[in-house]
Parts: sequence; structure tokens; C-alpha cells
Amino acid sequence: MRTPDRTPLDRGLVRDALAIGAAAAMIGISFGAISVAQGMPVWLPTAMSLLIFAGGSQFLAVGMLAAGNPVAAILGGLLVNVRHLPFGLAVGSALGDRLPFKLLGAHVLIDENTAFALAQDDEHRRRQAYWLVGGILFVTWNVGVAAGVVVGGAVGDPATYGLDAAFPAGLLALILPAMRDRTTRTCAAIGAVIAVAATPLLPAGLPVLVALLGVAAGVVRRFSLRGVAE
Amino acid sequence: MKYIVVLLALAAGTYAIRLAGVLLRGRLTLPDWLDDLLPVAATTLLAALVATAVFTDAGHLALGVARPAGVGVGALLAWRRMPFAVVVVAAAAVAALLRLAGLP
Repeated sequence: MRTPDRTPLDRGLVRDALAIGAAAAMIGISFGAISVAQGMPVWLPTAMSLLIFAGGSQFLAVGMLAAGNPVAAILGGLLVNVRHLPFGLAVGSALGDRLPFKLLGAHVLIDENTAFALAQDDEHRRRQAYWLVGGILFVTWNVGVAAGVVVGGAVGDPATYGLDAAFPAGLLALILPAMRDRTTRTCAAIGAVIAVAATPLLPAGLPVLVALLGVAAGVVRRFSLRGVAE
Repeated sequence: MKYIVVLLALAAGTYAIRLAGVLLRGRLTLPDWLDDLLPVAATTLLAALVATAVFTDAGHLALGVARPAGVGVGALLAWRRMPFAVVVVAAAAVAALLRLAGLP
């Protein structure tokens, strides 16, 4: 009989989660520093990181607040975060069946643990990956942001350390195994092209969402090919 | 005051979005074809995030060399089944070194 709760944590998974967690801490430092440099109250970056816990929307909201547009900070930030709804649909079962787990787990639903969970082969590992990566990133992101507020201007541009390449490379590595499936590959490729092409035209957040058109295109293509083959 | 309003509105809205997906997952009984499509959709969204992170900056196309090269090296290492930590560190190192060499 399986006793899933007692299975020890996969060491490789812990190491991978710490790697992405360390990178998140560095980005957090720059978020804290940039927020203070843009004139935000010192409590805001930390409060945002604890309560919102979604880096992209936090950077956008601080930028909009600094530009004197609080309404755009809210609407723009929410638009950037809409993608979490389909993420929840896709990996929701990894949070566990009980309501308290769902209520707590939903708060740590991010790109990284979605990608880690999707990359696992079985439900038990999916659950481990989701909570481990979500938990580690919640800690490292918040510690990083608090540190950034304290050290402020002493931090350089994260791009100097190549951190802007680290995150996409990490996400790409996680979705690579799924690309063995032809439909997934087609949908992802079309979606990626659509998102990049739409970026200069649409407000932040929407380009990633319109990438879902790639799913429609990929599926239509597969069914039409099958139709021809049969 | 405006800071508190933005903070709470964004926090509540983001949590509602997250919880909606998670709870709907448990309550909806989807036809198989749609159920199979959810991971495809999530992977497509992640691919779009990767692509926009690599090729765009603040709403514009980014024509730099260092970042795509770093991510490219990372992708190659991931494809050769190197450990995840190696992929992430190598991507950052390549991008940082190219910038140190003066490339955008």
C-alpha cells in the first residue's frame, strides 16, 4: 500500500527548487531597491510581496504608482495575473483535496511551481514539486525584497548578473519535456510567436493571454491533419 | 492611502484569480478532450512567458544578444539533460559574460 505522505522528498527536486529560489531572491532584492528608489513607502514592497506574491504584477504596479496612476496599477497588475486562472485549472489537483490546502496553496500558485508540477510524471511528485517550489520561492522572494529595501541603491541592475536570462532558461528547461508531444509543441510555438508579435501592440499581460490562440490553432491543425489522414 | 488601496485591491484580485482556477478544477467535470488540453494551454502560456521575457522589454521588441544567447545555451544544456541548476546558472553566466564583453 502506498503511503504518499511519508515518501521522502526528492533531493534533485530540492536542489532545483533552491536554484530557482536563489534567482528569485536576487530579483526580489532588485524589486525592493527599485521600489524605494521610485519613492514608494518602505513598507510597500514587502507588503506587496507577502500579499500579492506575483513579481511581474508587482514591478508593473510600482511603475504605475510612480507614474501617478493607481488605477492602472490595479487593472494592469490584475491583467498580468489573469494567467494564474488557467494555471490553477491545469495543476489544481496538485494542491491536495482538502479545502485548507486549496486555500493556502492558491496563494503560492506561480509560474515556477506550475512549470515544475507540469514537468512531473505522477501525482505524488506533482504535489511535492508544487508545494516545495511554491514554499521556497515564497520565502526567498520575500527575504530578497526585504533585503533590497534595506540595501537600496547599492544593488546593481540584475541584468548585469544575467538574471534576466536565468528565469526564461529555467522555465524553458521545465517545459521542454512536454514539447515531445507534437500538439503541445505546435501550440506552444504558435503561442510564443503570437505573444512576442503582440507585445508592442497590447498592454502588459494581454500578449501572454492571446498566446492561447496558439492552442486553438494547434488543435484545429491536428484535427484537420487527422481528417486528411483518415 | 492610495498605496493601501492598490495593495489590497491587487492582493485580493490576484488571490481570487488563483483560487478560482484551483476550485474550478475540482468542481468542473470537463470532457476528456478539454481536460487533456489544460496542460497544453498551461505549457503554451509558459512558452509565451519565456518568449516575451527573452525577446521583449517593457512593451518593445528587444534586439539584444546577451539574453537570447544565455537562454539559448541554457536550452541546449536542458536538451542534453543537464541538471536544472546547471541550466539556470549557465544561462545567467553566458548573458553576464557577453554583457561584460560589451554586447547589448
